Amino acid sequence: MSRLRAQIVKELLSTLRDPRARFVLIGPPLMQLFLFSFAATLDVNNVDMAVLDQDGGPVAIEWVQRLESAWFVDELVKVKDLQSLGERIEDQRALVGLHIPPGFSGDVGSGGGTVQVLLDGRQANAAQIALSYLGGISRQLTFELQGVSGAASSQALPQTVVRHWFNPNLNYIWFIVPSLSATLAMFIALFVTALSIARERELGTFDQLLVSPATSLEIIVSKTIPALVIGTVLATLMVLAGIVIFRIPFTGSFLLLMITLVLFIASVVGIGLMLSAVCQTQQQAILGTFAIAIPLVLISGFATPVENMPPALQLAAQFSPLKHYLIIVQGSFLKALPATEVFANAWPMAVLALVSMSVAVVFVQRRLQ
Amino acid sequence: MNVPASTTSRGDRPAAAAFDLRRLIALMQKEGLQIVRDPSALIIAFVLPVVLLFLFAYAVSLDVEGVRLGVVLEDDGVAARQLANAYAATPFFEVVPAYDRRQVQELLVAGTLRGFVVIPEGFDGALASGGEPRVQVITDGSQPNTANFVSGYADGVLATWLASRDPTSRGVGSASGGSGIALEQRFWFNPELESRRILVPGAIAIVIAMISILLTALVVAREWERGTMEALFSTPVSIFEILLGKLLPYFALGLVATLICTLLAVTVFGVPLRGSVVALLLLSGVFLVPALGQGLLISALTRNQFLASQLALVSGFLPAFLLSGFLFPIDSMPRVIQWVTAIIPARYFVSSLQTVFLAGDVWSIFLPDIFAMLAVGAVFFAVTALTTRKSLDR
Amino acid sequence: MGAAVEIRGLVKRFGDLVALNGLDIDIQAGALTGLVGPDGAGKTTLMRLMAALMAPSEGCVRVDGFDVTTDADVVHIITGYMPQRFGLYEDLSVMENLQTFASLRGLGGEQRRSTFERLLHFTRLEPFTRRLAGQLSGGMKQKLGLACALMARPRVLLLDEPSVGVDPVSRQDLWRMVGELTSEGMAVVWSTAYLDEAERCAHVLLLNEGGLVYQGPPDELTGRLAGRSLRVDELPSGRREFLAAALDAPGVRDGVIQGAGVRLVLAQEPTAAAEVEQLAAAHGGTVRSVPPRFEDAFIDLLGGGPGGRSAIAERLETVRLESEVAVSCHHLSKRFGDFVATDDVSFEVQQGEIFGLLGPNGAGKSTTFKMLCGLLKASSGEARVAGYDLRTASGAAKLSLGYMAQKFSLYGLLSVRQNLDFFSGVYGLKGRLRRQRIDEMIETFALGPFLNRSPDVLPLGFKQRLALACSLMHRPAVLFLDEPTSGVDPITRREFWTHINGLVRRGVTVMVTTHFMDEAEYCDRVALMHQAKVIALDTPDALKAEARSATHPDPTMEQAFIALVEAQIAAGQRRAAA
Repeated sequence: MSRLRAQIVKELLSTLRDPRARFVLIGPPLMQLFLFSFAATLDVNNVDMAVLDQDGGPVAIEWVQRLESAWFVDELVKVKDLQSLGERIEDQRALVGLHIPPGFSGDVGSGGGTVQVLLDGRQANAAQIALSYLGGISRQLTFELQGVSGAASSQALPQTVVRHWFNPNLNYIWFIVPSLSATLAMFIALFVTALSIARERELGTFDQLLVSPATSLEIIVSKTIPALVIGTVLATLMVLAGIVIFRIPFTGSFLLLMITLVLFIASVVGIGLMLSAVCQTQQQAILGTFAIAIPLVLISGFATPVENMPPALQLAAQFSPLKHYLIIVQGSFLKALPATEVFANAWPMAVLALVSMSVAVVFVQRRLQ
Repeated sequence: MNVPASTTSRGDRPAAAAFDLRRLIALMQKEGLQIVRDPSALIIAFVLPVVLLFLFAYAVSLDVEGVRLGVVLEDDGVAARQLANAYAATPFFEVVPAYDRRQVQELLVAGTLRGFVVIPEGFDGALASGGEPRVQVITDGSQPNTANFVSGYADGVLATWLASRDPTSRGVGSASGGSGIALEQRFWFNPELESRRILVPGAIAIVIAMISILLTALVVAREWERGTMEALFSTPVSIFEILLGKLLPYFALGLVATLICTLLAVTVFGVPLRGSVVALLLLSGVFLVPALGQGLLISALTRNQFLASQLALVSGFLPAFLLSGFLFPIDSMPRVIQWVTAIIPARYFVSSLQTVFLAGDVWSIFLPDIFAMLAVGAVFFAVTALTTRKSLDR
Repeated sequence: MGAAVEIRGLVKRFGDLVALNGLDIDIQAGALTGLVGPDGAGKTTLMRLMAALMAPSEGCVRVDGFDVTTDADVVHIITGYMPQRFGLYEDLSVMENLQTFASLRGLGGEQRRSTFERLLHFTRLEPFTRRLAGQLSGGMKQKLGLACALMARPRVLLLDEPSVGVDPVSRQDLWRMVGELTSEGMAVVWSTAYLDEAERCAHVLLLNEGGLVYQGPPDELTGRLAGRSLRVDELPSGRREFLAAALDAPGVRDGVIQGAGVRLVLAQEPTAAAEVEQLAAAHGGTVRSVPPRFEDAFIDLLGGGPGGRSAIAERLETVRLESEVAVSCHHLSKRFGDFVATDDVSFEVQQGEIFGLLGPNGAGKSTTFKMLCGLLKASSGEARVAGYDLRTASGAAKLSLGYMAQKFSLYGLLSVRQNLDFFSGVYGLKGRLRRQRIDEMIETFALGPFLNRSPDVLPLGFKQRLALACSLMHRPAVLFLDEPTSGVDPITRREFWTHINGLVRRGVTVMVTTHFMDEAEYCDRVALMHQAKVIALDTPDALKAEARSATHPDPTMEQAFIALVEAQIAAGQRRAAA
């Protein structure tokens, strides 16, 4: 036991004693959390539009005015002809171009006027969302017009009443902060472990360790501790920032979240150790971390939902600890995720941690051949 | 021994050239050989791009298809059943039918469903009697993006169903819902709205940012760590040649990676290349200027591989991923962060790349982007040149 | 003819630290100048200043008349510089390294071809042109580094510690090459911590703590010691006991073990000689006068060597093993694929013996050494440490061995105190015993003032003490030393061996690999390896006697080494011919 304790203390000190290293490990991730939480939003606002109004009738004017004052519109430029409308989209000065044809106001009164909406497909996502906002405004105006003209049909139309559970206003930050806390902690934990053995190897202290009575299992266990501590502390700090600073409701069990967080970091550390045992130099370890971490993030469902992926990738996603932990952390914040659901996503991480650590032990033992 | 005959004799002043092409070529050859010999560099340059493109093409899909939606049919009427079938018929949803909303609520919490629709009891009756039947749509707000799509498409399905049920009904007939004002949408450049077409160009930008910023930062730091910089400094080679000898091979590597990515994008992932290859290469070349400059600057500041990699991650890769506008629209970011993106070269590259792939050679977009990238690059190089001298004094 | 390098009033500061303080030096063309001094004396800084890699804080350095500050470009053209780690690209082949540096020095066409031919022949690297530099042995790397530095026929050649980690055979080659270069008019500066090398220089610069202590031919300095060097032989009570006693005597400035005898340097006092005679008589030894060596003079000039007592050894209880044999191996072999690194090696090391493993680079001594301390698993054969089989009882074996890696592998990210904590803990010490041992190490090695600093910033001597303290924490019965004093200056080296001698007197067994032949003299027995086999195993004196010839009537250990290896090569060639 004292042998193991000495190694753990050594690992913790060699990672955290240097103030510069401490800063690099803790500072940038927290900074990134704030920067990216505000930046990484799929909300659409500040949309630039261009409009070509060839009608000039009252409905057209009313409609354009409403758009101008809509919350998601930044600037609405009126253009004179179709060509300049097209150019604005092509040059990305406008995401949406509206073409109101002559006679539009009259058509609306007599049955249905059609506005041509040109959208920049290079930003398909934003354009689609902008389009749905546009649809809402148009519908609203239609109802009001029907009321005003008194020509509304006796038949009321069925309506959709939408309610967003867990996040009624679809605040994107409520989604991004918990997800980023997991992703950033994973990056740091991977780096710390991947570099740990490679660094000792470059400095020549690894041999010193191998001649001591320390067993491969002890070496592995002690190497997991700093990353485990740093990763867990960092992720906890970010979760707390989410609750306190970003005021995101936390509805689940904090205790369960903490337990699964440790499990998550442990499985990431296992992957890092496998990498570390294989890499000969620090450069290889650094590049290897990138080569592994980026795909892990991409298939985890952080950027886009796992169920949108092809089946092969959905299967691969099961091997990404981040995928499982994202479900838990997002659910713990917003969905009051029940314990059964937590366990359903926790056991795959436990299996991943166990397997990757065992493989790492075998790799380290092979170094002794 | 027969040492090589001296080119100059004692006391002569040999001519010291500030630039010598032969020296530069030697440095570039050396760098090229090192790239070829180091598996990790090759993986970053050639394997990772392929993996990333593949993942961006398939894993990161913003297209919504087959989202699992619960449909709770509380009414037994014909119209209600028809509407339920209408939800099941669209490719957007994969419907899980239910008769009790408690059944689906749990599935929503577990994340198995992304939303559910409730067709309430009395729907048929209300419809027939001219009441206002309300279809409830509940989404999983913890995934705001998907929630948005679910509500929008669910709305659309209802409108379409109404239109098909009663063709004479006024004001409906577009996907955006019944309205006296119909919207006829046309997506330029990407009519099928395949997110792959947008993401793949973005992925190319990330790959090139990785190669140029991370690899350059690492290889210069490595020369310091291994003591070869000292040997280089003791030869007549100038600091300009050392920097250029680092830049050009990675410049070439970046361009080769761009070509590979482009080839993959066009042939395998079906992304159209509507602009010219010349414009594509020009843009990539220009982007490499600030990216390589950033890598050099990082290594000049740290001379240490671990710190260099962390700085490259924080200042290079993540901004290229999150702040370049290829996943998240820059216009929607808070103003302060929009200003920050102004100094991120990847931002200009992404916008130009998307245009060159999907729209064509639009020089009115390219030229300002090129100018901005060169300006950022010039700043990086100026700072690097100021902080690097051919001396071991720090 | 003016000096090749002129240095006037040179001061170099790094922040508050004065690295070089007011040097005035002239280095002559056509001669070999040795730059010697203890670690941290400023040798590398001076080299870098002459190579125009740094600018002086005060004063000036002119190389062939060109100032290193204002004419750095010119200086880079007319000097060749080999940095400490040779400055080679390890992932490039020998030929590719040569080509790179040839182009950087503007050498092309026919001239390049003939230069390569000559340099490759000169360095005997022809058979290896396609091999990656990283896979070369230390000696070959050094020759390649030299070839790269010589590329454009420099007027001044600067070699920074070229012989660290290089075996005697390769070193001999290097001397031959440098001799040829100086005879053609080149100025060569060679910095070294090995004083037998300084002795062979035409001119010596002795630096200490940033100042110039001596400048001139080595003989002149050695001459001052005439009559003060002695050798004491036939010591029935043991040469280590005698040395320990002698070093504490006021009349003795310095002493080292040399084979079966002890070599001493007397203090200037006229009574010193009588004092030593008396001491020798008390130990039953005979005294004879020997010619002084440069090393004697060096130590004398720097104020004499350390005392003879090892505080740590005195605290140790005497080690008693069950068996007389502390380390043994039988038919030990190691194969890496087709390559046989160690081929059927057998020997036994007695308890309390210092046993040396010697051999040229690539002879297999490192592999053998690593198998004996459990870093590598043997392909076949058996190895035992303190009676434990390394395969079946590796845990027990590891507890009874201490290991000190090359270049003192300490954790630079931890403080001195934390290093001690770690090594005591990893060997399973706990509670009061652990605190007691740590305090003991701090006290005996005087580490107190440095406890909160990183080992990286310690003076080399203290780094060495710390490394030794860490490896002794668990009181091992057998101590493994891998190149323990490679690149270490003579004073630090003496202190180290004082401790080792003390430990051996307490029954500790010491296994050592070394390139440094004076160190081999400390060994009781030496196994000489060549091409994966042990070709000779005997006491140092016996090996020297075996190598005695007409050209070398009284060979040094280094000459004996070279002779034995060359005889082996010749025998191999005869067999091949037959």
